[in-house]
Amino acid sequence: MALSQPTENICSMTTQELTQNDPISNWYPVANADDLPFRHTFHGKLLGQEIVIWRADDGNVNIWVNRCLHRGVRLSRGLNNGAELQCQYHGWRYANRTGGCTYIPAHPVDSPAQHLSCKTFPAIQSHGIIWSGISPEGVPPKLSFLDGLTPLNLRSLPAKAPADSVNEHLSKYMFHPDNQTDGEGSSLVTTKAYDNYFQITATVANSTSTLALFAQPVDEQSTIIRGVIGVPHNSQNVLTVLRYHNNLMCKLRDVIEADFELKSKISNTFAAVSNPRSATRNIANNSGSVSFLKVRVARKWSTAKDVVGLELLPIGNQQLPTFLPGAHIDVFLPNGITRQYSLTNGPGELDKYRIGVKLEQVSSGGSKYIHETLSEGSIIEISTPRNNFPLRRDSTRTVLIAGGIGATPLLAMAQVLEKQKLNYELHYFAQSDEHLAFPEILNSLGNNCIRHFGLSVEETLAKVRESLGEHNSSENLYVCGPGPMLEATRNIAADLGWPDESIHFEYFKNSKIVSFESSFEIELARSALTLNVPAGKTVLQILRDNGIAMPSSCEQGACGTCIVKVLAGQPDHQDVYLNDSEKKRGDKMLTCISRALSNKITLDI
Amino acid sequence: MSWSTMPVSRRGLVDTAINGEGCTDQVILNQWYPLAAIVELRPGISYQTVLLEVEVGFGVTLNGELIAWRLDCVVIPAGNPLPAENFTDKLLVQSAYGYLWTSLSAEPKELFSIPETNEPDRRSINVATIGIATSAPRAVENFLDMGHFPFVHAGVLGAEPHTEVFDYNVEIKDGEIIATGCKFPQPQAAPSSVGAIVTDYIYRVPHPYCVLLYKSGGFDESRLDVIGLFIQPISQERIRASMFYSCVDNISSDTALRRFQLGIFSQDKPILENQVPKRLPLSTTAETPIRADKSSITYRRWLSDLGVTYGVISAN
Ligand code: FES
Ligand SMILES: [Fe+2]
Repeated sequence: MALSQPTENICSMTTQELTQNDPISNWYPVANADDLPFRHTFHGKLLGQEIVIWRADDGNVNIWVNRCLHRGVRLSRGLNNGAELQCQYHGWRYANRTGGCTYIPAHPVDSPAQHLSCKTFPAIQSHGIIWSGISPEGVPPKLSFLDGLTPLNLRSLPAKAPADSVNEHLSKYMFHPDNQTDGEGSSLVTTKAYDNYFQITATVANSTSTLALFAQPVDEQSTIIRGVIGVPHNSQNVLTVLRYHNNLMCKLRDVIEADFELKSKISNTFAAVSNPRSATRNIANNSGSVSFLKVRVARKWSTAKDVVGLELLPIGNQQLPTFLPGAHIDVFLPNGITRQYSLTNGPGELDKYRIGVKLEQVSSGGSKYIHETLSEGSIIEISTPRNNFPLRRDSTRTVLIAGGIGATPLLAMAQVLEKQKLNYELHYFAQSDEHLAFPEILNSLGNNCIRHFGLSVEETLAKVRESLGEHNSSENLYVCGPGPMLEATRNIAADLGWPDESIHFEYFKNSKIVSFESSFEIELARSALTLNVPAGKTVLQILRDNGIAMPSSCEQGACGTCIVKVLAGQPDHQDVYLNDSEKKRGDKMLTCISRALSNKITLDI
Repeated sequence: MSWSTMPVSRRGLVDTAINGEGCTDQVILNQWYPLAAIVELRPGISYQTVLLEVEVGFGVTLNGELIAWRLDCVVIPAGNPLPAENFTDKLLVQSAYGYLWTSLSAEPKELFSIPETNEPDRRSINVATIGIATSAPRAVENFLDMGHFPFVHAGVLGAEPHTEVFDYNVEIKDGEIIATGCKFPQPQAAPSSVGAIVTDYIYRVPHPYCVLLYKSGGFDESRLDVIGLFIQPISQERIRASMFYSCVDNISSDTALRRFQLGIFSQDKPILENQVPKRLPLSTTAETPIRADKSSITYRRWLSDLGVTYGVISAN
């Protein structure tokens, strides 16, 4: 932060006005660090904007617009579970760091739209103070007078006066370093005025004491006075010091309020920020959807036999986008190969992405490259998370069945279920202890993680059958693993009476034999176009050839990214993404792989 | 005492901070509004309140006649005896569903009917009338909303993890909003219910500021309980809301019925008072509706189409 010329006046108070720079670009104190105890939510206000402040279990301080995106309820009344903030009205959940919406309980199977994010403000904690601003520049003030001392926050005092008027008085604050004598006349006072705070030193004989005072502009008529003073470590005097200043400050506040005549002039800044109409618009962060981002491989380690873990960090102070449990990212490797990997992050864990990569026996260069060539410090490109494997959080029992490296998306799910204290079991089938990926995450799940080692195919299937049991309403199964195991688990579940919609699965790849022989016509209902799909070409390719942008990811009918609605005609699915009842309904298909059984098929494009 | 010469004080009742020019919205001015449950009024005594930022006196005379008048025309301070003689500047009044209703208009729109209340074996009571610092449309929308049951009325009207809101139908029929086929699993739907049941709901919005709910779960499966929320708008951002309850339950005492409904009512109040902004935004981009909010989406559009501007933030 640029400091204005500090002024020093011995034995008198400075009369210099604070430089009036744009309030929007300043850092202001908005709370004391101890206003944010474990799992608390704190209601604040800055420049007319109501904010909610909460600390996640990873220590990160979140400052957001204090309004739920759904129906405007103050989020400061919500619940902080250490990873997500839950609105009190309909239970929408928002992730630590991004403010991205991760769950809408009224629609447990839908993934919230990716752009649904609370507006966030920067937050920095220093000197026992939480700093923020509307769009602050630089860094909060560095209070070097506190070096070697313990910072002590004075009691914050609300005053009914605008910040300008408060500042005029703060510069005249007088006190005595003995913490008992009335400030008036007894001390040698040095005041330095910075852009948005005062540093005042009182000296008598050879004792001195220094403090900093800040005015937090709440709105056009009120201010919170905050202060921080340094005391020696392990001082016995803390209460005396606090009481002494509290007393003097209260007197000063009375003077400020009495002196203040309501200024009718309302600065445009306030009007812009606090206008109720503007508050109702664009409450979501509209950062535009970035679909690719560059990340740095911050850590690469062996997490199990033939499996490496990668920690991917954003570059600079970018924020990684919100993900939902079960999400995967595309990794674009420098050798030109693209691979999908599931995120193993826990809820609200958005300082990094963590993936696990197994060395494939017959690697076409993806996993082999990562294992052998990719090094810590490399920069790679990834896609934003794709949430195609959403987790319901309204089950009375959730069974997660993982085979080998298929555990990765289920790890993310298990951590959410664990954090929300929902009833679930994670059955992890592996050859041996050494083959279990991310043991530290598994340990954090306690008894809900059940490990099965070295079972034969029959034994595995028997275990699956036993773990599933009969289906009761509101129970859901998520399964991920090698193709044959997945198929078998689905069959067992169906056999035990688990309905299709309770069985959720994610394939790594489509191991079925797929044919591209047929040729047919596609009619695009919304674009009024009819196109021919010849043998050897996919619907996706034809769409793109004709200038129609379609998202896609795995391009082998496994991830569901390229799904479209079918309005007429009969699809030849060939994918492993849709479940049997969805296939039977025939109202959706995956453009990367599905074809038509009829001569013509009408798509909602 | 010569009551007609008492000075008019406009302070106190109308919140000057919120008060603008008052209500100029014809649709809203032309409606009937409830001022009080008649059984709660002491005959012969005058009461004072504010309706749409206009100070209003009202009461029931010793002869049992209901009266209401504009306080800026005739001043009788609250608590004073009502005059025996008729005075000229009276507002229209009517008795319906146990309440005294009035209108600031000389030709108000006819009050909606609730045919069920004519059934002789039904009990109808005013659960409570409470002040809430919010707009009338926010309160109506809250009443129409099922998604909040497991969170705001946990253990009574809903319970986690059963949070899904299943699809239901909403239509506008004969100038009213009707939502049917609403289902929600509820641990205790009514004071007389034991254990969890899936409750069927029908909602009706026959008036911009009044809403009714019909639900099963009472004594007689074929007969629906009726719960109503009738709102007296004090200003754009302050209301008095009366909860009406009509049921076929011959066991529970009035007190038990009241206590149950009041418990629910008081869970919604702090939510409503923490919604920002207090007026209901009608622009579709102002907030984030989801499928479960079909009835609220319809209500907002209906208010827009009716041209309601009072208690809302218009779309443009
Ligand atoms: S208002 Fe927050 S979840 Fe509905
Ligand atoms: Fe409610």
